[in-house]
Amino acid sequence: MDTAFFFIQLLNGLQYGLLLFLVACGLTLIFGIMGIINLAHGSFYMIGAYIAWSLASMTGNLLLAILLGIPLTVLLGMLLEALLFRHLYARDHLYQVLMTYGLILVFEELRSIVWGDDVHGVAVPGMLSGSIPLTDNLSYPVYRLAISGVCLMLAGGLYWLIQKTRLGMMIRAGSTNREMVQALGINIKLLYTLIFALGVALAAFAGMIAAPVSSVYPNMGAQVLIICFVVVVIGGIGSVWGALLASLLIGLTDTFGKVLLPEYAGVSTYLLMALVLLWRPEGLFKRI
Amino acid sequence: MSEAILRAERLTKRFGGLTAVNEVSLELHVGQVHAVIGPNGAGKSTLTNLISGELRPSGGAIHFRDETQFIHDLAGLKSDRIARLGIGRSYQKTNIFLPFSVFENCRLAAQSRQPRAWRIFRGADGYADVNAIAERSLQAAGLGARSGMTAAALSHGEQRQLEIAMCLATQPRVLLLDEPLAGMGSQESQRIIELIRQLTPAHAIMLIEHDMDAVFAVAHRLTVMVNGEVIESGAPAEIRASLKVQQAYLGDAHGGTDD
Amino acid sequence: MNPKRAWTRPVVLLACVLMLAMFPLVSETFYIQLLTKVMIMAIFAMSLDLLVGYTGLVSLGHAAFYGLAGYVLARVSPQYDPASLWTTLPLALGACAVFALLTGLLVLRTSGVYFIMVTLAFAQMLFFVFHDTPIGGGSDGIYIYAKPEVKMGGISLLNLEDRKVFFWLVLGLMAAVYLFLKRVLNSNFGRALIGIKTNEHRLQALGFPTFRYKLASYMLSGTLAGLAGYLAAAQFGFVNPEIVGWHTSGGVLMMVILGGMGSLHGAVLGAFAFILLQEALSNQAWFGPFAKHWQLAMGLFIVVVALLLPRGLLGVPSLFAGKLKREPGVE
Repeated sequence: MDTAFFFIQLLNGLQYGLLLFLVACGLTLIFGIMGIINLAHGSFYMIGAYIAWSLASMTGNLLLAILLGIPLTVLLGMLLEALLFRHLYARDHLYQVLMTYGLILVFEELRSIVWGDDVHGVAVPGMLSGSIPLTDNLSYPVYRLAISGVCLMLAGGLYWLIQKTRLGMMIRAGSTNREMVQALGINIKLLYTLIFALGVALAAFAGMIAAPVSSVYPNMGAQVLIICFVVVVIGGIGSVWGALLASLLIGLTDTFGKVLLPEYAGVSTYLLMALVLLWRPEGLFKRI
Repeated sequence: MSEAILRAERLTKRFGGLTAVNEVSLELHVGQVHAVIGPNGAGKSTLTNLISGELRPSGGAIHFRDETQFIHDLAGLKSDRIARLGIGRSYQKTNIFLPFSVFENCRLAAQSRQPRAWRIFRGADGYADVNAIAERSLQAAGLGARSGMTAAALSHGEQRQLEIAMCLATQPRVLLLDEPLAGMGSQESQRIIELIRQLTPAHAIMLIEHDMDAVFAVAHRLTVMVNGEVIESGAPAEIRASLKVQQAYLGDAHGGTDD
Repeated sequence: MNPKRAWTRPVVLLACVLMLAMFPLVSETFYIQLLTKVMIMAIFAMSLDLLVGYTGLVSLGHAAFYGLAGYVLARVSPQYDPASLWTTLPLALGACAVFALLTGLLVLRTSGVYFIMVTLAFAQMLFFVFHDTPIGGGSDGIYIYAKPEVKMGGISLLNLEDRKVFFWLVLGLMAAVYLFLKRVLNSNFGRALIGIKTNEHRLQALGFPTFRYKLASYMLSGTLAGLAGYLAAAQFGFVNPEIVGWHTSGGVLMMVILGGMGSLHGAVLGAFAFILLQEALSNQAWFGPFAKHWQLAMGLFIVVVALLLPRGLLGVPSLFAGKLKREPGVE
């Protein structure tokens, strides 16, 4: 493997990892703060991708589709939280698993009814469709760099939000002491609704921007969900740092695995998880 | 004076920047009640957790002498291993099996000494030795009449009694009693104090309590903890007379309840 | 339980078994096969109930054992000839026990939500092993052209190609698993497991090495799931990576929860209800164009149950009686 090829795989791995991070971040935040395990989180990724595809098909412009799609998914998140997830806060994880499993089935079938079961491609937006030359023969797609860039910006934004703002302080406080936060007059219901919507939007947005690269297909939700679980296990529940580190680790392992040992690439992520379990069962980091 | 059966030496526990227990030493002897008193937050429960193995010490040592006079180093052992060595504890916050019957709570506790886990086809209710121990423990704790009731249906005081009964059913040599009288009325308290008196000759008891009347009624030795440290340790009369202790604790905590 | 009525349960159970036993004699092939499938699922559900309902360990990856056993049968069976039950079944069960031991040592280091996630992850790992590596047959799966044979000294004892005989074998095994688990759960070991579910911290403080008990439960549960998987593969004649997939794991977990955990007959009922509901909802004769999207109705049903019924389907009678108590499942 020569340097340019290695570099390309490195960039691919980072890009995949950063996308994973967006999805996993929502999962770990929702669990860390509200104590809810949401099996349907992957479905939001899928929903984002399908919304992007259908709106892009209608408008002919992916960026416009994403712009329109984001508020839709935020709304969806708020609705779901208010109608369904709100009732799960005090319940046993078992019932959360049960309800969200049912939701997966509902989302998958609705997707099948509304958009069908075919695989769809989405065109890269015009201004981002070029490539940056690396060597005489190899170049790297601008769009993939754009994805990584956007994810990094969002990661930075999240860090700033959680560590440096009042809202972030409430988030951190709310995760450790719900009653106290309520006693301080902060509307915890609204806080939770916003956090949930944020998690949903992040996952959906990831699906939207990933669409040109990974296509839009029925099983994408389940696939990403399980990997996100591994991210959360490795990184530690509730830890955004952990999610970032773990996502990058998995992104790189999976990408390099696919080129070095293609038959075992799929297994590599789980072997990584097994190693972490041996060494640090609670994950690499803890809490926010 | 017999040799100490359990000795904690300069036991320390740190949680990040907070030192909850700071170089605490004490000894437990069979036939003696060693009471540990102090204001809330003094580290008494943490100390108990360190000895029972539910927390790992950050420093110091704990040694236990078993029947064969072998000295075990308890630091770092898991709580089940320590329990099997003969160190039993009861909890300040009632920690029983609420959905089970009162008898089953004790039977399960007694089963810990005769696990017979391989006998997967033999019904658990059929072991006479285990049943007898459970029955005796219930009687000793005064719950004989409540045997068939669900533990969740017991009154608070009765649940505290069950706490102790379960501890007894494991037939320990050392008893770590964490506020056994918490939330009990005076009649129930008397019952438990009498029980402690009966148990004393054959056991080494560490008693954490806020009820000073009870403490002075049964304790042979007192250790006073404040902010994780031992400020005084000695016979009850000495402690009662100590100015240091009066200033720190006794003066304003006369038989008070915890928060 | 009221001693005067202690005899009612065995009688009811015996009656059910007898009724089921007569079923193949009066019914047509499709229903015999369907009921066989249901009974296999009942074994699968009971195995998971041991773990979830009695030990308190919620696994979302139980299909790993189910599918592993099926794959073992598929790989060990000769291309077109029947394999011997005597050799393939122990091999399949043994593989499950070993896999349970190895993964158990890792997953049992976690608890709660982590446990749910890592069990799912390990099943998914197996999915990739069967899907991508040479060990499995890829996404196309592997066919098992002949049912295993049950021979002793050259004489065939059971002809499993006969659907009725296969039905009775499965019925017998389901009853055996039920009775076995009933005994085990009433033993010292079983009581300790329930103690772990109820208050593991206290049980450990009393002197029980709870990790070992959990590992034993995990291995037993995985092995019994393997029994179900072996039978399913034998019945269906085909294995593919989907059988270790999360849909399979999720489905059996739903059966256990719907049936009300901590109750063996609940697990069996849950399996019956789930599969029959699935069959009903996907029946085109009844639902026409909606039948294709039966999972939507199933999903909604599950969501509603999750929101309203803490005790699963077994809680329905008490819901109507107006007293819905929240009790952990202990019989």
